Amino acid sequence: MRRVRYFIRVQQLREISLLLILAAVIYFFGREIEDYYTARMYNRIATQVALIAVIAVGQTLVVLTRNIDLSVGSIVGFTAFYLGDQLSKNPNIDLETAVAIAVGVGATMGLVNGLIVAYGRVPSIVVTLGTLAIYRGLLVEYSGSQSIQFRQLPDWIKTLPSEVLYENFGLDLRPLPAIAIGVMLVFQVVLLYTIFGRRLYAIGSSPEAAELAGIPSRRMIMLAFVISGALSGLGGFMYLARIGTITTDAARGLELQVVAAVVVGGVNIFGGSGTVFGAFIGVILISTIELSLIRMQINEFWKDALLGAFIMVAVLIDTFIMGWLRALWSRTELRRASSVQKVQSI
Amino acid sequence: MKLLERYPWLRRWETLLFVILCAAVFINISLSEHYFNIDNLANIFHLSIEKAFVVLVMALVIINGEIDLSVASVMGLSASVLAYEFEKGASLESAISYAMLAGLACGLANGFFVAYLNIPSLVVTLAGLIAYRGAARILLEDRSVGNFPEWFTSFALDDVYVSIPTLLFVLVGLILIGTLVYQFTNLRQAVEEGAAFRFRKPGPVGLVLITVLAAVLVYMLALSSGAFEATTYVFAVLYLISLGILQFTNFGRYIYVIGNNRAGAEYAGLRVKQVKMTIFVMSALMAAFAGLMYAARVGNIRANAAEGFELDIITIVLLGGVSIFGGTGTMVGVGLSLLVVLNLRNGMSLRNINDNTRASVIGALLILSVLIPNWAQTIQRFLPRTLSGDNLTLDLENKEARESTETA
Repeated sequence: MRRVRYFIRVQQLREISLLLILAAVIYFFGREIEDYYTARMYNRIATQVALIAVIAVGQTLVVLTRNIDLSVGSIVGFTAFYLGDQLSKNPNIDLETAVAIAVGVGATMGLVNGLIVAYGRVPSIVVTLGTLAIYRGLLVEYSGSQSIQFRQLPDWIKTLPSEVLYENFGLDLRPLPAIAIGVMLVFQVVLLYTIFGRRLYAIGSSPEAAELAGIPSRRMIMLAFVISGALSGLGGFMYLARIGTITTDAARGLELQVVAAVVVGGVNIFGGSGTVFGAFIGVILISTIELSLIRMQINEFWKDALLGAFIMVAVLIDTFIMGWLRALWSRTELRRASSVQKVQSI
Repeated sequence: MKLLERYPWLRRWETLLFVILCAAVFINISLSEHYFNIDNLANIFHLSIEKAFVVLVMALVIINGEIDLSVASVMGLSASVLAYEFEKGASLESAISYAMLAGLACGLANGFFVAYLNIPSLVVTLAGLIAYRGAARILLEDRSVGNFPEWFTSFALDDVYVSIPTLLFVLVGLILIGTLVYQFTNLRQAVEEGAAFRFRKPGPVGLVLITVLAAVLVYMLALSSGAFEATTYVFAVLYLISLGILQFTNFGRYIYVIGNNRAGAEYAGLRVKQVKMTIFVMSALMAAFAGLMYAARVGNIRANAAEGFELDIITIVLLGGVSIFGGTGTMVGVGLSLLVVLNLRNGMSLRNINDNTRASVIGALLILSVLIPNWAQTIQRFLPRTLSGDNLTLDLENKEARESTETA
């Protein structure tokens, strides 16, 4: 037991338990549904995960600083539409430019959020509730209530989601999930090992202390919003690639799904704790449950009720069992520390 | 600047909202001849009356430092329970009571998790938002249920021609004036201690403004008999009740205290958990009632009834000057912001501006409502000292001190 404690930190317990729950969920559905372990099911879940995960990573950065970004759904919708419009007007835009456009537009929108939150000292929930409506309004004004049709898009983006980068055991690695995994890994490293990442945790744990320690909180918070916006822009690109037909209602309500996934992934809504990896597993868990329930076809109308109940259960488990485990962990840590002290004093 | 110092109420958010409201009404009148028409004025309320109901309790929830994202789903659930029971052949009365019971259950669940298990309300009600909507989907699946009895829909649809509501509203107007007189004069002192009757601080400008406000209110209400639906009257009564609860009862004061400083309230021996539980139950019950009103008005219920209303509701409350962190905000501000939002929406829809653009104007207003006061503060800090507010108050104090020594 003690040796285990050396290798696993308290935060990692949460991710391990999430992985166990995920395994249990997959095992359960595998028993209930025939032909569950197929490449088709896997690809469907992977594509869904990819879209939400990219946005959830950005949301995690924002939530870590004790803020929330409710405007992500509207940013995804706007960038998807804007990019689709640009692509249908000049079809010779290539992949890199398209991604750059999407990320740039998203980052600009995130910058507006960030500036108002960090330098205007307006609570983030107020700002992003407002921009949720404003960006959606921009989309409607820009589109003139038209929609982007799948056939207007250039060929490369139509085939992009179904390309296979790497194949093994019948499981393909397709571009969209690859992007999501890449983004997740990059930001996991950023959060764990860079000054910026550690500062985000510091700000979320105690804004006053962070300020006193000389951390430029405002700039950091603004940057978190910019990244969230940029990743939502990337999500907009993926949304366009996956769905193809973009209406003015595109990605409406996505923000609540993302926040739910982040919360299930063990990111504290009051900031300061949680990891990108956890949020990623949260997304996988929620998407798996959602798509498997649809696949189960016992009654597709049960999906939302079960999902809501599941989120509640996950949070309850997190609050109680994790609280208890953490207390246990820290108590033994304390005991070890005090015994070390005794040895030193002798 | 001096005016602001002289009359502190001029600096209140409610005053600014009132000015915005006047501007909105004025612009609406000048832009469309259909605006100032009894039927349109009644329509302003009629089309969003359910949101208005929920706004009242949402204000209490947010002042208490919590948030309830699940209200729209509870509205949808209660409407769906009503439709489901009615479709099964139950009488409408029992269907209504089942719908309210469903609301009660949602409220108890939310309150239990938030108050007794200490899980953040944002998380609990986000799960509730998904789960209660899911429950509505289980009940109604993809059917649409309508054909409610006449008496039920007429409650929300028919204009009330009886003159009793008019009398009621004149009475309410008088009560309002009475309250204002009570607030701004030393009437109580005069009666209890026999002191000379005089007006308090607000001075002539304030009184004129209040009289104009009251006159407009009474005039509009008197004019309205026969144009408003019963639900609008119900709303007006509920508004006054919630104003009374928040401003004049112990419970209302507890809501503020807990929102301001939860730990402090606990140390002071307040039953924080019970208060939070009560508020969440109130919120869900009101949402369930609003869901029934929605069913009565629309007359046709699907499982996605009232979807997405929560953002509108929260926007109205926050625009009313209620802090998202709890502890501040008044019912007067919330009422004014409701009027501002409804009037702006109505004016824009008369100009054929589409729904999403209307929403984004309200969103911009929401952000500016917090941003502008913050800017004003910052600018004040950078102004030369003689102009800044701190100095002025100091001067005033000195002046008063000087005067008191002179008279002595």
